[in-house]
Amino acid sequence: MTGALRPYRAIVSARFRMLLQYRAAAIAGLWTQLVFGLALIMIYQALYRSSPAAVQPMAFAQLASYVWLGQALLAMLPWNVDADVRDMVRSGAIAYELARPVDLYGLWYSRAVAQRTAPTVLRAAPMVVFAGVVLPLLGAADWRLAPPPSLAAGAGFVTALAAALALSCAISVLINISLIWTLGSDGIVVLFTTAVALLSGLMVPLPLFPGWAQAALGWLPFAGVFDLPFRIYAGDLAAGDLAIVLARQLGWTVALIALGRWLLGRGIRRVVVQGG
Amino acid sequence: MSGALRLYRAYAVASIRGQLQYRASVVMAAIGTFVATAAESVAVWALFDRFGQIHGWTLPQAALLYGMISVSYAVCDVLGRGFDAFGAMVKAGDFDRVLLRPRSTVLQLFGQDLVLRRIGRLTQGLIVLGYAIAAGTIDWTIARAALLISAIGCGVCAFLGLLVLQATSAFWTVDSLEVWNAFTYGGLMMGRYPMPIYRRWFRAVFTYVFPLACVNYFPSLAILGIAEPLGAPAITGWLAPLAGPVFLVVSLQIWRIGVRHHRSTGS
Repeated sequence: MTGALRPYRAIVSARFRMLLQYRAAAIAGLWTQLVFGLALIMIYQALYRSSPAAVQPMAFAQLASYVWLGQALLAMLPWNVDADVRDMVRSGAIAYELARPVDLYGLWYSRAVAQRTAPTVLRAAPMVVFAGVVLPLLGAADWRLAPPPSLAAGAGFVTALAAALALSCAISVLINISLIWTLGSDGIVVLFTTAVALLSGLMVPLPLFPGWAQAALGWLPFAGVFDLPFRIYAGDLAAGDLAIVLARQLGWTVALIALGRWLLGRGIRRVVVQGG
Repeated sequence: MSGALRLYRAYAVASIRGQLQYRASVVMAAIGTFVATAAESVAVWALFDRFGQIHGWTLPQAALLYGMISVSYAVCDVLGRGFDAFGAMVKAGDFDRVLLRPRSTVLQLFGQDLVLRRIGRLTQGLIVLGYAIAAGTIDWTIARAALLISAIGCGVCAFLGLLVLQATSAFWTVDSLEVWNAFTYGGLMMGRYPMPIYRRWFRAVFTYVFPLACVNYFPSLAILGIAEPLGAPAITGWLAPLAGPVFLVVSLQIWRIGVRHHRSTGS
């Protein structure tokens, strides 16, 4: 079993170390997300100040934590294609991928694991320090990323975040597979990434959507990437709900991996290698 | 001057003709941009659906802020591709060719590319603006309509100025910098809501450093007939948009300094 997994572990670790080199991009991204986070917090605070408590689905402190988690973990969201895969599809180098003695889906999934973790590792820690430590020191304690209310909430968050990573990678691979049909053009990818940004809780925390939309939003796969783990962290979902959250996340992960494997199998049969 | 305009028109026609060779691809990409920007308005709509108003501003009023800033940015986005992709140009050493031609660098870069697929963003912004105009909250006069149109024009200038500054920084860093996104995309998002909800230092950055509030928030007050809550005189809404063109002129001066500083990568 471990022997069969070795090539994939090697791919993850090689890609991970390569992606860790992009530090300048991480710093620039960090700065942008910091400004975004601050603007969002001020917008939500204004909305909370001028509305009755009855329409506020969670406390403002919980909402602030939700916003900062989203900014800190942005790179974990499956919202861009793997540029190397796009180049491979365009240039015909995908033929080399087919020649490798490993399962192609497993190979692409391993790439996705590195793509979703390395930039996140670079960006998350400084963002957490800023939102959790620096903000209170600057006198903006009400804007801060608060620690989870209980140990159970913290442990539940870590568990749900691991499942969120598995799910995010399954969605990432699906986006990459769509490139085989579109030959690397952006049409379908934009639809995918828009759905991810809107329905995961990145643009607006999902609890702020209208009440009638809540059930549907919760059952879609996208909530599992951001919204559900964040709400466990903030204590909006009780730690006892963890089992249901994990079931949703892992159920979708298995389904999307199966879908991805099937689509990749069909896509490969119609691949035309461009160029020589 | 007329020669410059003729040249720009020739550039633009060539760029559009080139893109129309891939008509289906342009249409698909434009639809994609439309959907992506429409999702952002859905997010804003959801907030107003739940909270009703923000700092006393209702959805149709906030839609004026949203529509104006979206249309301004979208026009800049269509026109400014040459500056947007300037980092890659410096990196590849292609800027040398621009310098060799006996025409202004600014004109050549604006003529570089007119990105048709970005019309999706413009269409979306116009729909939101249309809603704000027709929603019945504005007591329309000819002066207010003129202010709306000129404020959008001044907003285009402000965003173009930012794009020019971003490109100028590539002379020193030999790559385009993502740090500017904090102003472009950050500004695009914060500009959708009334300024008083932000802290003083945040407002100052987006008023005096990058004058987004001058081309968006202040003229919106004048058009909507809302008194400025922070105590600025009523005339502010009518004069503030001029900060947009001023910002562009200053940016172009800094660009000239950058061009003089330029050392080719030689590749």
